[in-house]
Amino acid sequence: MKTRMSLCVGLAAAAMACAFPAAAQTVKIGLISTYSGPGAAQGDQIDKGAKLYMKLHADKLPPGVKVELITRDDTGANGDVAKRIAQELIVRDKVQILTGVVWTPNMAAIAPLTAEAKIPFVSANASGAKVVGMSPYMARVSFTLCQSAYPLGQWAAKKYKKAYSAVSDFAPGHEAEGCFVRGFKEGGGEVVGTVRIPLANPDFVPFMQRIKDAKPDVLFAFNPAGKQATAMMKAYGDLGMDKANIKYLGTGDITTDEELQGMGDAALGVITMHHYSAAADRPANKAFVAAYKKEYGADLNPGFMVVGAWDAMDAIYGAIRAQGGKIDPDKTMEILKQYKSTTSPRGPMSIDPETRDVINPEYLREVRKVGGKLANVELETITTAIKDPLKEFEKKK
Amino acid sequence: MNHPVGYNADHRLRWTEWLPWVVALAVFFLLPDYLSLGARVLTYILFALSLDLILGYAGIITLGHAAFFGLGAYVTGILSAKLGVNDPLLQMLCSACAAGLLGLATGALVLRTHGLTQLMLTLAVAAVCLEVANKATPVTGGADGLSGVTVAPILGLFRFDMYGRTAYLWCLVLVFGGWWLIRRLIYSPFGAALTGIRENSVRMHAVGAPVYKRLLTVYTLSAAIAGIAGALLTQTNQFVGLNVLGFEPSGELLVMLILGGVGRLYGAFVGPLVFLIAQDFLARQFPEYWYFGIGLMLVVVVLFARGGILGISDAVIARMRRKA
Repeated sequence: MKTRMSLCVGLAAAAMACAFPAAAQTVKIGLISTYSGPGAAQGDQIDKGAKLYMKLHADKLPPGVKVELITRDDTGANGDVAKRIAQELIVRDKVQILTGVVWTPNMAAIAPLTAEAKIPFVSANASGAKVVGMSPYMARVSFTLCQSAYPLGQWAAKKYKKAYSAVSDFAPGHEAEGCFVRGFKEGGGEVVGTVRIPLANPDFVPFMQRIKDAKPDVLFAFNPAGKQATAMMKAYGDLGMDKANIKYLGTGDITTDEELQGMGDAALGVITMHHYSAAADRPANKAFVAAYKKEYGADLNPGFMVVGAWDAMDAIYGAIRAQGGKIDPDKTMEILKQYKSTTSPRGPMSIDPETRDVINPEYLREVRKVGGKLANVELETITTAIKDPLKEFEKKK
Repeated sequence: MNHPVGYNADHRLRWTEWLPWVVALAVFFLLPDYLSLGARVLTYILFALSLDLILGYAGIITLGHAAFFGLGAYVTGILSAKLGVNDPLLQMLCSACAAGLLGLATGALVLRTHGLTQLMLTLAVAAVCLEVANKATPVTGGADGLSGVTVAPILGLFRFDMYGRTAYLWCLVLVFGGWWLIRRLIYSPFGAALTGIRENSVRMHAVGAPVYKRLLTVYTLSAAIAGIAGALLTQTNQFVGLNVLGFEPSGELLVMLILGGVGRLYGAFVGPLVFLIAQDFLARQFPEYWYFGIGLMLVVVVLFARGGILGISDAVIARMRRKA
């Protein structure tokens, strides 16, 4: 009798023990970013964006659900390191969702792992066109280069006749060049020359001199966001190309909000196409920028990578809410595919259910002085919802 | 005295030499969560062994050993992703041959020079390889990296699983093979000739030893082993990025070897183990500042332990014997 009694008590205790953890769910999210090496500045933006979102939205989680963020360093564009830390996050730390990643090769390296382990991954930045398609458990909320380069080409063809394209010689550069040239030619413009500048070459003057001698109306430029863009902009100013009536155009990468102040007056009048500017006057963006400055300092402007990480967390929080904190990989992907946001700092955005890639608004911006500081002032909303043009081209074929 | 392992030493296996393998097997059973890190450590041990063979024993200074590592990684990657050759043994063989051939071709040039010129030439070889891989986008994937690598089960029996069990054992088998080969070499007359060249190449010429031929042979062999290490990296990661050919792996490898102890065979075991585990631990505790910890460790080793970590243990043992 006694044994049966204790058995009952034991069973009841076991049942309670099983039921109890369900009340305090913890969702583990792995954030892979670059914290060391030359890419640390970019990785830092992603880190800040994700953490700021979590701090401000702690009350938006279902009751009893907690989110734990585990951050790891991929040391730069190192696919093998990214793959290993993703594997460790999944196997050792048992994360349920992955996000982050600055570099496309790192996302490509993680892709097979997300498919095998069924761990949803939301890209906060890596923007190579094809990489999202590599695993059914990947989605993207950042951008693709073609989304800005192609409409910029179309827009430029309406105002200018001859264009020259100068891009950094790596995959995203080739993508930007291809899309701009296509857009410009379709609009009836003539491309008088294209050049690909080695990624490790800091001296832009010889390239720019050659471009100046070709006398185009516009110069389309793409560099990886960061110091290179500043150096190329300086060469443009030093050679007096602005006075030779060569207009400087590019994707938003060449005038990122965090680098802009270092570029000086050479950047004034540069026209770019992008999905995000810190200077935009949408209420959602104003609140976002104010929160960012309050948290990290009044002199800092959030760049597009901060927004990428912010929206990635927004998409993930949405999925957590919809499932009440119990993460099922397939359900999560279904929810992510339907993701739509009207409160993003960049304006209305969504995920294309078909490709799991982002649908972005695109703005035409000009660098102007606002209150003594350089800013990307939005002139015109070119589109409110553009899918990745490269994938659309392929469908037509 | 500084180099206790060599032709003159007792070549029988001591019990301590079984220690690394016992530890490696213990890790497999006791720490199943750390196998992916373990596979990486083993890959770098093989890579460090190949460098120790030419740097520690033959005295060839190189900053471009990643050229062979990277070539091995890319050969395996391209075979699988572009040509559909997924058999791990065949991939390994092709990587070793390709890296060996590159070693032979570049060694024929590099080994005619000495000192700083040699160092610069090895660096140049690696830089050329990096640029070729960067430009040949259709074959190598360029800056995006080469994905879509699949590795068939080993001998049709052992599948590469997500927890890295197969990968770990596969690495262990190859490291054991590499270690056994290199150990045989350095205790052989050939190894004695290498040590002679390192200590005094003029004298080796004088006694009629074919110095250049010996160096070229060992350089080719070392390149082939580095190629196998590269192939291992690709097979365990199923991805190849441009970084395998960069300056970083060459430099980091040298750091690991110096940390462990150059020219003593087991320095190549201790260095990568300490470096990669410290990196893993520090990177998890302080994602932003972990390089600082690594730097501090190096400064301490360079200042206080010229023979690397194994040098310290030698000194400690010697002192204890003197007291006893």
